[in-house]
Amino acid sequence: MQYLLALYLDESAWGTMTPEQQQQGAAAYAAYTEALTKAGVYKGGNRLQPSASATTLRTTSGKMQVLDGPFADTKEQLAGYYLIEVANLDAAMAWAGRCPAAQHGIVEVRAIWAM
Amino acid sequence: MSILDSNDRAHHAAEAAARHSYGKLVAFLAAGYGDVSAAEDALSEAFAAALANWPEHGTPSNPEGWLLTAARRKLIDAHRRKRAEAGPDALDAIADLDQQPGSHELPDRRLGLLFTCAHPAIDPTIRAPLILQAVLGLDAARIASAFLMSPTAMGQRLVRAKSKIRMAGIPFRVPERAEMGERLEAVLDAIYAAFAEGWLDAAGTDAGRRDLAEEAIFLGSLVAELLPDEPEALGLLALMLYAESRRPTRRSPAGEFVPLDEQDVALWDVALIAQAEMALRRAGAMGCIGRYQLEAAIQSAHVERRRSGTANWPALVGLYDGLVAITGSPVAALNRALAIASMEGPEAGLAALDGVRVDARMVEYQPYWAARAELLSRTGARNDARHAYDIAIGLERDPSMRQYLDRRRSLISG
Repeated sequence: MQYLLALYLDESAWGTMTPEQQQQGAAAYAAYTEALTKAGVYKGGNRLQPSASATTLRTTSGKMQVLDGPFADTKEQLAGYYLIEVANLDAAMAWAGRCPAAQHGIVEVRAIWAM
Repeated sequence: MSILDSNDRAHHAAEAAARHSYGKLVAFLAAGYGDVSAAEDALSEAFAAALANWPEHGTPSNPEGWLLTAARRKLIDAHRRKRAEAGPDALDAIADLDQQPGSHELPDRRLGLLFTCAHPAIDPTIRAPLILQAVLGLDAARIASAFLMSPTAMGQRLVRAKSKIRMAGIPFRVPERAEMGERLEAVLDAIYAAFAEGWLDAAGTDAGRRDLAEEAIFLGSLVAELLPDEPEALGLLALMLYAESRRPTRRSPAGEFVPLDEQDVALWDVALIAQAEMALRRAGAMGCIGRYQLEAAIQSAHVERRRSGTANWPALVGLYDGLVAITGSPVAALNRALAIASMEGPEAGLAALDGVRVDARMVEYQPYWAARAELLSRTGARNDARHAYDIAIGLERDPSMRQYLDRRRSLISG
């Protein structure tokens, strides 16, 4: 089965980190991506631009509304994702637990709807 | 043979198959297909087909195998109806079911199903109801009444939990050694939660709840049988058997609560106690203590009163110490204080109770105030004792317990 690991992080933290800390943080994600790839479960993944750059669209009374900003105004914002292919939720949870975001943020595990 | 006779026989055969094999058949189908609801639906259609077919054509020599084959066909039919939702692997999964060994030796996957129902990704409060439905086939209305919920709400929560298992891909498997401890604890906790719901109906007047205690004991024996090297599984089984052995003495003929040390030991169920002791001895021999073994050992120390006329209080204090250390439970600390009172007198008990009081939860915990009232009245502090009984009575919902507390309060002289 394929699973999306959605990474929710407090975006303000990044700005308060020293360049060394930022480098260490990036290295941790690189190592994690490498581990996923080596295990043959990596299907994709990306870091996202800050949620302030998000644009939200919806139709209200037949008219398309465009809003500047993310859908939900919460402290933790969707900051990136991984797409992995593993046998079941247990395996997906094991990988989610190893993700650096599980240490300093939230990882949501969602199964992909198989077509 | 009349039509009525063969109808009866078909009914009996289907019922017997349902009772003996329901959980095994659901577990086998669900594990193969990854979907508890679909397995339950297919199986219930198979049972209906059996009742329509067997009176006419005779009961098959292997009813379980017949039901399995029929249920597989229903699964394929259902799959064709909603292909998009089930995913592309589903037909392969059903095909794999056919590759399984002959149904005479249907593999027992109930343990895997238990672990699925008590999976960490499933809300803890729905695990016990889910197990009762998926493994034992209890209907939602009966589970709802036992857990004091509306049948609609319970039904919706069960459907939601089963959808989650299917959509999230929760596996049907027994965990590896490394994760077994935590995962087994979740299964045992769910079984104990079912037992506790049944235990609340002490008088046994509510059939749904009384049966729940028996169902929980059945599940406990099943786990202990399928995981024979897990001491805590045996510990839980022993705990439930000890508790069940005292059921007839927990209420007076007039329906009033009877505390453990006033229960008539002659009415305790000796056969259940013997089973409990055996399970606890087997668990103890494995040399790995845990919460359920400690709680069972506490029951065992109380049961000693049957032989010696008095509970083993020194052992009880030590066992409660162990339980407090493992669980940090203020209830265990409360019982420890009462054991100290039984050994050293009410003043010592009250001093120990003062230590329990620091836990804020005790302020609204009826047994705390009842214990305090009892010990105070024994020291002759009559007004304080009455005051503590008032609080205890005010916190209690169960009429038989209120009746008991009222009477204890009225016995304070002067």
